[in-house]
Amino acid sequence: MSNATRGIAYEEPLVFERSRPGRRGVGLPPLDVPEVDAETLLGEALRKEPATLPELSELDVVRHFTRLSTWNAAVDLGLYPLGSCTMKYNPKLNEQLARLPGLALAHPHTPAAEVQGLLELMHELEGQLASVSGMSRVSLQPAAGAQGELAGVMMIRAYHASRDDTRRRKVLIPDSAHGTNPASAALNGYDIVAVPSGDDGMLHPDAVEAAMDDEVAALMMTNPNTLGLFETHIGRICEIVHSGGGLVYGDGANLNALLGLSRPGDMGIDVMHFNLHKTFSTPHGGGGPGAGPVGVVEALEPFLPVPVVEQTEAGGFVWDEDRPQTIGRLHGNHGNVGMMVRAYAYILSLGADGLRRSAEMAVLNANYLLTRLQEHYHVPFPGRVMHECVLSDRGLAETGITTLDVAKRLIDHGYHPPTIYFPLIVAGALMIEPTETESREALDRFADTLIEIAREAHRDPEALRTAPQRTRLTRLDETRAARKPILRWQPQDAS
Amino acid sequence: MGNYDIRNDLRYSKEDEWVRSEAKGVTIGISDYAQQQLGDVVFVELPEVGRILEKGEPLGVIESVKTVADLFAPISGEVLEANSGLGEGPEAINDDCYGEGWMLVLSVADASEVEALLDRAGYLQHIKDREDQGT
Repeated sequence: MSNATRGIAYEEPLVFERSRPGRRGVGLPPLDVPEVDAETLLGEALRKEPATLPELSELDVVRHFTRLSTWNAAVDLGLYPLGSCTMKYNPKLNEQLARLPGLALAHPHTPAAEVQGLLELMHELEGQLASVSGMSRVSLQPAAGAQGELAGVMMIRAYHASRDDTRRRKVLIPDSAHGTNPASAALNGYDIVAVPSGDDGMLHPDAVEAAMDDEVAALMMTNPNTLGLFETHIGRICEIVHSGGGLVYGDGANLNALLGLSRPGDMGIDVMHFNLHKTFSTPHGGGGPGAGPVGVVEALEPFLPVPVVEQTEAGGFVWDEDRPQTIGRLHGNHGNVGMMVRAYAYILSLGADGLRRSAEMAVLNANYLLTRLQEHYHVPFPGRVMHECVLSDRGLAETGITTLDVAKRLIDHGYHPPTIYFPLIVAGALMIEPTETESREALDRFADTLIEIAREAHRDPEALRTAPQRTRLTRLDETRAARKPILRWQPQDAS
Repeated sequence: MGNYDIRNDLRYSKEDEWVRSEAKGVTIGISDYAQQQLGDVVFVELPEVGRILEKGEPLGVIESVKTVADLFAPISGEVLEANSGLGEGPEAINDDCYGEGWMLVLSVADASEVEALLDRAGYLQHIKDREDQGT
């Protein structure tokens, strides 16, 4: 059942610990030009002692980083069911196209006339995102989903300000939301009002109605929500917010479940962001590079960040910065254009039918896993889900085994654990998102493993409490790491 | 229901703070139920001495290896003392939540707010209701 082996597992010290005095990667030839006195050139800025950089051979460095790379978990190695994060497979075609020299080597300051193809691509991608979401206009400027969200709420604020509607100081956010929602609203100076989810895990119109008044600038919601449930009342909820003069922000984090099936714009969403990595298969990277385009309805178009790509009457493409009501620039240049190329490649290679099929498969896979697992793990909100499902450790209470133990044991079987302890409204949450690309056999192997772990919790709980056991390092003391973190290497003699 | 040390001589808020009436005001902390739910506490952010709190207002943040949660003022009053020892030793909340793990001493703005808090039986029922809800 297990698909993990120990294989050849290398220990690897820090690069500083590998250092030996005088060891070098390259030998420089003797100086054959006139020497300039460094002190004259640099004066006070000249370093008195050499920097304490590690001294290594080329092979030392290659082995160091190659060994570290073998410690990575990646979707290219195995199923990566990290709920809420959508660890989509990144098709290699995207990578190939993003490396085309005309796209990869374009400098951000190249005059628009010389990168017409790239601008056309961006303009088309904007149109594709607008068409998928039902938004009127999209800006590709935000450099990540969180910045897209920030830009979205800035536009909401600018919209109310443009109407001299200055009483609105509150933003409503369901208690199941991603943490970025309250952060984006708070950064814009809004007070956060948490709206409780119903017993079925969904947001209900009466809860929104109770919280709604003429001080509410916006409601921020995610559909499907973080429990993987489609918010069936969203139409009515949008009506309530709109009739109270507020706007509705749509967190596009889970748009991958809706592609080609339903559109946020048709539900009543006024502004939303897209996570190109979660929905359109661009790499998650090690924290980047991100891309978080933001889409708006017509009434919010004047506030879009600049510059926007416009098509001229002659058919060419230009950067337009002359937008008096814009919220301004989000960064120096144009965002992570390479991510836009990959998303564009994904959309065109799948086509409308393929995008819809990707959403259908993501939903089918999550429901397949839920159905196989529901007899073995507690399901806090029973019923059909969209692209992800949430289980909990409640059924294991008598064994003393917690969600953390289950997650650690999965590592022994070669699986990156699902998201744990999120969403916060489920105690001991285990949040699984298989994504659309896993085969039925792969899903069965994963389900079999989780079922075996649930049995093991009753039969041999100690095996779970001490997991992972087959890894290079076994259970780490996470509490001590959080309480007494060692954040950087220090030379021995500095202590 | 789990096994929780809920004491008779304390009052409790629905947000899991305990309140002990003393001569100078009240001492507050989080209940044994709350510390068990949170797991190992790694960080606590408390308000400055002198801050005026309104009942129900978020007063700080508690972070464990599992999650981050807001702390809420169980009653209205001024912060008279804050447990500075929790900065270096947040584990006191897990080890001794009713003793060394205390958080604040508050003055009492309205004695009826203390009276309105839950007693042991009421708080145990509140825990049971939540656990029965299934989430």
